[in-house]
Amino acid sequence: MKKGVTPEEAAAMISDGAVLMIGGFMGVGSPHRTIAALVERGVRNLTIIANDTAKADYGIGKLIRAGAVARLVASHIGLNPETQRAMIDGVIDVELTPQGTLAEQIRAGGYGLGGVLTKTALGTTAAEGKKIIDIDGEPWLYAPPLKADFALIACDRCDHNGNVSYQLTATNFNPVMAMAAQTVICEPREIVPVGVIPPDHVNTPGVLVNYIIRRGAHQ
Amino acid sequence: MTLSPDEIIQRRVALELHEGTLVNLGIGLPTGVSKYIAPSLGILFQSENGIVGMDSRPPEGMEDEELTDAGGGYISAVPGAATVDSTMSFGLIRGGHLDATVLGGLQVDEKGHLANWVVPGKMVPGMGGAMDLVSGARRVLVAMQHTARGNPKIVPECTLPLTATRRVTLIITDLAVIEPTDAGLVLLERAPGVEVAEIVAATSARLIIAEVVPEMAFGG
Repeated sequence: MKKGVTPEEAAAMISDGAVLMIGGFMGVGSPHRTIAALVERGVRNLTIIANDTAKADYGIGKLIRAGAVARLVASHIGLNPETQRAMIDGVIDVELTPQGTLAEQIRAGGYGLGGVLTKTALGTTAAEGKKIIDIDGEPWLYAPPLKADFALIACDRCDHNGNVSYQLTATNFNPVMAMAAQTVICEPREIVPVGVIPPDHVNTPGVLVNYIIRRGAHQ
Repeated sequence: MTLSPDEIIQRRVALELHEGTLVNLGIGLPTGVSKYIAPSLGILFQSENGIVGMDSRPPEGMEDEELTDAGGGYISAVPGAATVDSTMSFGLIRGGHLDATVLGGLQVDEKGHLANWVVPGKMVPGMGGAMDLVSGARRVLVAMQHTARGNPKIVPECTLPLTATRRVTLIITDLAVIEPTDAGLVLLERAPGVEVAEIVAATSARLIIAEVVPEMAFGG
């Protein structure tokens, strides 16, 4: 049986300066209640690894607006003008990474691999300062593994043992992030008894999940 | 029939998509290509946030907050669709499983290099999936207006940062179809009613022009 915590209790575990992976794609499949509690707590100086920062004051965009983020690794910030402004003004140190490379860097971190070799971004400004590795005369761009202190993930259903099942396009980065962090906090839409989710519908096994966000009063 | 510039581009791109293949359409103008694809062709549209078999927006009130496209907009799924996580989504793209990607462009140059992800200091949206798509798809189709506020977008050499150093397959605009080759940019087709001289005037890159340049043929 896993420990159920309130979003506030989860936020209290996350100290200033922590490195967080946050699941979701434009806010779809993001842990919205956990994010709101982090903003409420006034956390500062976070490093966030995520696909995007959703929209202004929505999803991860709430943490951007609250000034909680010092560094961001993401693939796309085009739909959040506040993140773009913070990047141009030098308020947030933003590293833009191709989406597929970002996913594989997280996978490498979680799967115990030394990094990724890819053709994506070779010869572009996004490869500046990066290692190029020659293998049998062919150049590959090296991208190091990524890990985090916490992964904040969201899912459709989670059982009392922390077995997780995602739904449709809310899956996105959540399963891979659940592999790559020291502590995994999962915010499900629904919590069900053990056995309700059949073994082959479990996308993230409960051994990876440390805390489950409890249901809210109105759920 | 008079077609709008967007319709010309979308209809012409649609002719490049083959039966039973997997295709990624970028947000914006490329998305509209799907309007001109007969469902009987069995073409599956991928969205990089993790779906193979994306369908159009559902009727008002029937949306599912966990079924969305890469812009976060509501979609539906065709029968036989599959949803996947981000690593598999990009495995499909990079691994050579995607027949074609259709994307917009800011500039394309004589080498067939595409720039479409950043205007330094002004617009920093991030590359999202664009670099993986241009590097990994079997065919890269650029669908864009021929000019931007009267300025050529098909240029001798891109001045904006490149999306990839791979040569794109085809450039389809409201004026022309152009194929980048070893020899340079070959003008393949003209849009209906457009003269070669108009295309040359709207292009700052050098074009290779055959004696006869046919009009785009849309079939039906």
